[in-house]
Amino acid sequence: MAREVRPLFLARQSYRRRRLMDIARLMPFLGAFGFLLPVLWAGSARTSSGMIYLFAVWGLLILGLALMAGPISRAEAEPDESGRDGHEETEEP
Amino acid sequence: MLSFNLLVAVCLAYVVLLFLIAFAAERQAATGDRPWLRSPLVYTLSLSIYCTAWTFYGAVGYAARSGLEFLTIYLGPTIVMLAWWGLLRKLVRIGRTERITSIADLVSSRYGKSTLLGVLVTLIALIGTTPYIALQLQSVTLSFAVFTEGGAENLNATALWCAAGLALFTIVFGTRKLDVNERHHGVVAAIALEAVVKLFALLAVGIFVVFFVASGPGDIIGLIDASPIDVWDLQPERWMTLTFLAGAAFLCLPRMIHVMVVENADERHLTTASWAFPLYLFLMSLFVVPIAVVGLAMMPIGANPDLFVLTVPLALDRDGLAMLAFLGGFSSATSMVIVAAIAVSTMVSNHIVMPIWLRSARSGATVSGDLRQVVLVARRVTIAAVLLLGYLYYRLSGGGAALAAIGLISFAGVAQVLPALLGGIFWRGATRVGAAAGVIVGFTIWAWTLFLPSFGETGVIGAAVLAEGPWGIGGLRPYALFGIEGLDPVVHSVVWSMSFNTLAFLLGSFLSFPTPLERLQGASFVNALSPGRGARSWAVSAAGAEELLVMSQRIVGGRDAQALFEAEAADQGKEGYLPEVTPEFLERLERMLAGSVGGATAHAMVAQITGGASVSVDDLMKVADEAQQIMEQSARLEAQSAELGRTAQQLRVANEKLMSLSVQKDAFLSQISHELRTPMTSIRSFSEILRQSEGLAPEERQRYAGVIHDEALRLTRLLDDLLDLSVLENGQVTLNTREASLDAVISGALVAAGAEEQGLKVVRDAGAADIRIVTDPDRLSQVFINLISNARKYCDAEAPTLSIVTRDLGDRVIVDFIDNGSGVPGRAQELIFEKFSRLSDQKAAGSAGLGLAICREIMGRLGGSIRYLPGQGGGAFRVSIARAGLRAA
Repeated sequence: MAREVRPLFLARQSYRRRRLMDIARLMPFLGAFGFLLPVLWAGSARTSSGMIYLFAVWGLLILGLALMAGPISRAEAEPDESGRDGHEETEEP
Repeated sequence: MLSFNLLVAVCLAYVVLLFLIAFAAERQAATGDRPWLRSPLVYTLSLSIYCTAWTFYGAVGYAARSGLEFLTIYLGPTIVMLAWWGLLRKLVRIGRTERITSIADLVSSRYGKSTLLGVLVTLIALIGTTPYIALQLQSVTLSFAVFTEGGAENLNATALWCAAGLALFTIVFGTRKLDVNERHHGVVAAIALEAVVKLFALLAVGIFVVFFVASGPGDIIGLIDASPIDVWDLQPERWMTLTFLAGAAFLCLPRMIHVMVVENADERHLTTASWAFPLYLFLMSLFVVPIAVVGLAMMPIGANPDLFVLTVPLALDRDGLAMLAFLGGFSSATSMVIVAAIAVSTMVSNHIVMPIWLRSARSGATVSGDLRQVVLVARRVTIAAVLLLGYLYYRLSGGGAALAAIGLISFAGVAQVLPALLGGIFWRGATRVGAAAGVIVGFTIWAWTLFLPSFGETGVIGAAVLAEGPWGIGGLRPYALFGIEGLDPVVHSVVWSMSFNTLAFLLGSFLSFPTPLERLQGASFVNALSPGRGARSWAVSAAGAEELLVMSQRIVGGRDAQALFEAEAADQGKEGYLPEVTPEFLERLERMLAGSVGGATAHAMVAQITGGASVSVDDLMKVADEAQQIMEQSARLEAQSAELGRTAQQLRVANEKLMSLSVQKDAFLSQISHELRTPMTSIRSFSEILRQSEGLAPEERQRYAGVIHDEALRLTRLLDDLLDLSVLENGQVTLNTREASLDAVISGALVAAGAEEQGLKVVRDAGAADIRIVTDPDRLSQVFINLISNARKYCDAEAPTLSIVTRDLGDRVIVDFIDNGSGVPGRAQELIFEKFSRLSDQKAAGSAGLGLAICREIMGRLGGSIRYLPGQGGGAFRVSIARAGLRAA
């Protein structure tokens, strides 16, 4: 399939929108890191402190998602001039 | 203590409320006015069916036994929700564009609407869901048991009544009609309410425990530190495996795909759910550890920690709170069972019953009669069967601890679909063979290492096989594959099944070649978030629109089918209900049918009528070619426009030249008319004198006749020149080639031009002395004569001098004619060799401006050239003569 010609540089607003989407894609890795970090101190932690840590990370992630929800849905509503945000793949015939 | 009867009454009242809510929602949806049904909040709450009774009651028990490990069950889905932008949004988009009806449909559609994969995933879902339903029945009966002392025989009856009631609700609201969108507004509304009830119940118990039993959060921390679970016994491999498993199950559980993808009314709801659902999970698990530690501290040793949510309020005589908690657990169980039963029944009817029905009915999709009844009956029977199976499973397993472990086992089973699912939506290279191989391998390993052993040593796998392996092969022991012992059974099973599943999926995909439909679907799934669609899945066919209409009416009903056909016909500019059967129309029709009976069945039915005019590899290549051609065409256009630009530039230059030539020609014509008229005028007047005057003296007559003769000669010369040029230009000249001395040619030309007599001083060098050339000397001489005459006529010096310089360059000989006049100005140098061009208006010489043009033509014929030579201090011409390179014309 023809690869679409994407602009090489973007205006400030579109640039921000792209970075916002980058953060959105990064979130699961951030979350996995935070939730799997306790593996490092396995056996030496107390339940109470572990609980506080996990709920703190959890709360921060939820806060991050909630803060992003507004801007990202607005960004989604506006047409992106590139027309694409997913990664494209080309199939070899 | 609450009486059992009161409990039953409250339960019934609650169920009646659910019926009413569901009914109201259906009514509202039917009128088309449904603002709250479509709200993101309802969508988020419907996702909460992830939290079943197992998590409602079980989480506290889990926490009481293993501390914080229960959190992994919520952290996995949180990570998946964090990936909503790249993953869930894509799933939901695919679900909407492809009209996905279930996880089996999703996988089957991706891999070329494969019936085999649909059946496989349906079986996994069925096997994974049945024990889970049993678990829900168990939790409901256990919670009933808390309120009734003894009466075990009542428990089984409770479970049976419960199953029956759920079946009734599910059948009434889950299979009311065969919807083209497969959405159940009543069910969604009811489970949203249940989600609120269970969250509210757990929060109420939690707040009661933290602030009324204990004295605030600080006290709870103290209680935790003093409890048996004060040290966080984190087993890394279990922590990671369970987090992964929970995330995978969240994506692959049939009921989750159902609420998340199939029931999704608006893609934007996902934006809200992305943070609101993790928040829901956060709140659901916030008070789990406090309830567990308070229960552990105040309840007698041996009390079932799974029921702390109920028993702690009861022990403190908070009957109302206990009732609320009971309703919360009841809600968790019922909502899960309802949605799971709908999801499984949809799969069974679309992927097992319909294909069998289609195959068994010889005439297939074309016979008349309402197919919807077949589908609906299949679903109702399946719902009843699934619940009955769940009940039987509960009875046979005998409840108890063995059943409690089934939650994770079930998760691990449905997670086997994950590689095919993720591979399908992110990798175009994934094929049906790979997906089927992965699912089968993973499912087999899971069944061998986790599911079958879960029935205990008296079950399918005996103690001997567990300890020694089948036929004494130690490497195949269910809990120690390849002889690796000592692993936690769940970790062991998940690691091996997922690894071999993924490996088989990748290998199968690498080694097989997908069908055209698979490739088409693959492209459309992987590029779901990109605008624009690729190829159509149907080629042009000769299918009759009427047959298609008959079939559609049987599946979606007369009204919807006729509406689609009429709209399509109107789009095509036709009247009535029968549009042209175009590939686009077939595509749309198949989509609509897929919403009711699943992609694979819809495709098969349409294929039956169209005679299998499905897309071919050639068609796919054509689409790719078209794109390529468009690119090539635009490149070609660009090149062409550049070419056009260049040509236009050349044309402009040529045009300027033509204009200037045209002006010259006009001037020449007027001049030549003048030239012709001048001699003509004198010839006419003198001849008139001769005719009219009788008495002329003979010498006068002689003189007049002489004038007439001279003028006639002048005319002849002019006409000769024109004729000569015309002959030369047309290439009709005959050259008389022979060897000649250049010196002789120049001398002859000087004499013929009469240069010396006219006062032109000629300076010659001796260079020409012994140069011999092979040429046409007469023609060459003509050129020289012309150049010498020009010098004589136009040299404006006081004492005109012409130098003739000869040089021998080997293969060529150069003769320069240089005078000492003012020469030819720069801008005119280009033009002097053109026909009819004259530098000045000196017409005294009687020249018509043809001399140099004739010279150029002659030299061209002789294989040489003549050019103006600037920068010589006067008019200068260089004649270059090829020594022997004559061209015969």
